[in-house]
Amino acid sequence: MSTGALIVGAGQAGAQIAISLREIGYREPITLIGEEPYAPYQRPPLSKSVLLGDRDVLELHIKGPNYFAEKSIRVITGERVESIEVDTDGVGGRASTSSGQVIEFEKLALATGAGARRLDVEGADLDGVHCLRGIDDAVTLRDRLRADQRIVVVGGGFIGLEFAAAARSRGADVTVLQSTDRLLSRAVGPAISDFYLDAHTRRGVTVLLESDLVAIHGDPHSRAVNAVELADGTRLAADLVVVGIGAKPNVELAEHLGLECDGGIVVDAQARTSRTQIVAAGDCTVSLDPLTETRVRLESVQNAVNQGRCAAASLAGSMGIKPAVPYFWSDQYDLTLQIAGLSQGYDKVVIRGDRGSEQFAALYYRGSRLIAIDAVNCPRDYAAVLSALRSGAHIPAELAVQGALSLRDMMKAPIPAER
Amino acid sequence: MPKITYITADGIRHVADAQVGDTVMATAVRLAIEGIPAECGGNCSCATCHVYVVPDHAALVGPPDEEEDSMLELTASERRPTSRLSCQIVVTPELDGIEVELPPEQL
Repeated sequence: MSTGALIVGAGQAGAQIAISLREIGYREPITLIGEEPYAPYQRPPLSKSVLLGDRDVLELHIKGPNYFAEKSIRVITGERVESIEVDTDGVGGRASTSSGQVIEFEKLALATGAGARRLDVEGADLDGVHCLRGIDDAVTLRDRLRADQRIVVVGGGFIGLEFAAAARSRGADVTVLQSTDRLLSRAVGPAISDFYLDAHTRRGVTVLLESDLVAIHGDPHSRAVNAVELADGTRLAADLVVVGIGAKPNVELAEHLGLECDGGIVVDAQARTSRTQIVAAGDCTVSLDPLTETRVRLESVQNAVNQGRCAAASLAGSMGIKPAVPYFWSDQYDLTLQIAGLSQGYDKVVIRGDRGSEQFAALYYRGSRLIAIDAVNCPRDYAAVLSALRSGAHIPAELAVQGALSLRDMMKAPIPAER
Repeated sequence: MPKITYITADGIRHVADAQVGDTVMATAVRLAIEGIPAECGGNCSCATCHVYVVPDHAALVGPPDEEEDSMLELTASERRPTSRLSCQIVVTPELDGIEVELPPEQL
């Protein structure tokens, strides 16, 4: 009997590989193994509705309780793959796990994800210093969010700001430390960064830009955190410190297998690694952005799902996955940010809508070509741009600037000849 | 428990016991009914949980709001007058007995 496919990592991408393999008719055994003690679950709500107490962690499962058994997908949780050996003919091999199990496979997929980057300062190991990556982190933090808490959030990216919004909504005193000169600096353009600075400030969060944390202080006996110290000597009292300074791709297994890694496991558009029989998907990968011809690591559900599908197709030898347009979202307070496309490499921005009423969007152009949108509470503009990016339709910048007109109507304009 | 019937594109009927407060999407996912990938997990950002409400039941379910309406322009299968995103339909006791058809394509 065939030993089938082994998928290392049971997050969004790993689960998708298993789901897609069955959907496209793969009949051999599938083993999905993850180190967290939970069946595959959705991460995005962890920094949003879960913190607000609006959603129970039991509701986060990607598939219902019987799905994997019904599909003959063996799910092993709470078990870490320590090492993988691939046979010299490049087909098949075996993985060894933390409990000493050896799992044979014919096909291998890596969906090892990313881990929260840790702070490298004195006091980073004190009680009350947390990151936010998995269910356990979210539950711990949710239970500590009270109005009497003084909270310092290290990092003004999506995780930090979503956490800050949830904590502030529950009445806590919140300060966000950002090392660069604007919030969300890796993800959105400056107009959106400025907007989020104002939006958080208006709601009572203190945001300190260009601030460097140098140490975290705590009670020497209880080890409970009580303050953070900045490079300029400022000390901020803190009952809780939440660290959201990005994620580090888990590439150790890939490196041991000799796969090319460059800030993530390098994969092609079909999710194949440098050893093309081995596929990889999700937060652990980097792939080429065709527009800028640079390697990008996309940490998103959309990327995990799409690469998961591609990986399954490659493993099963089938084709036909359409190239996908990246999209992202972030919920903070009553603000929904929706992003379609990648704005990196833009040379022109068109702003639509009204910042003051918290409904506006930034459209990014490279030359005459629309490449991305960041939309705040503007679902129509987001949908129109996502649709245009998928279909290749054109929305001319000189029309888009007229905020009163619908982008969808402009899209019906004929596509101009390439310049 | 309200019952919801999902009719797949090839005509197979799945009758589901739904929980009040769940969405029509989440109910299908929980019961492993195929044809609703719900890529974004119910955030109204991807349009991959498209359903056609059977016309006789459309009034009961009601129309989409503005956000959902704009996302319905992105569905992979044709949009019809009774198209809805199932992540935006919250199950209520009144919805007992409704039927939704799944489109041939979601991606």
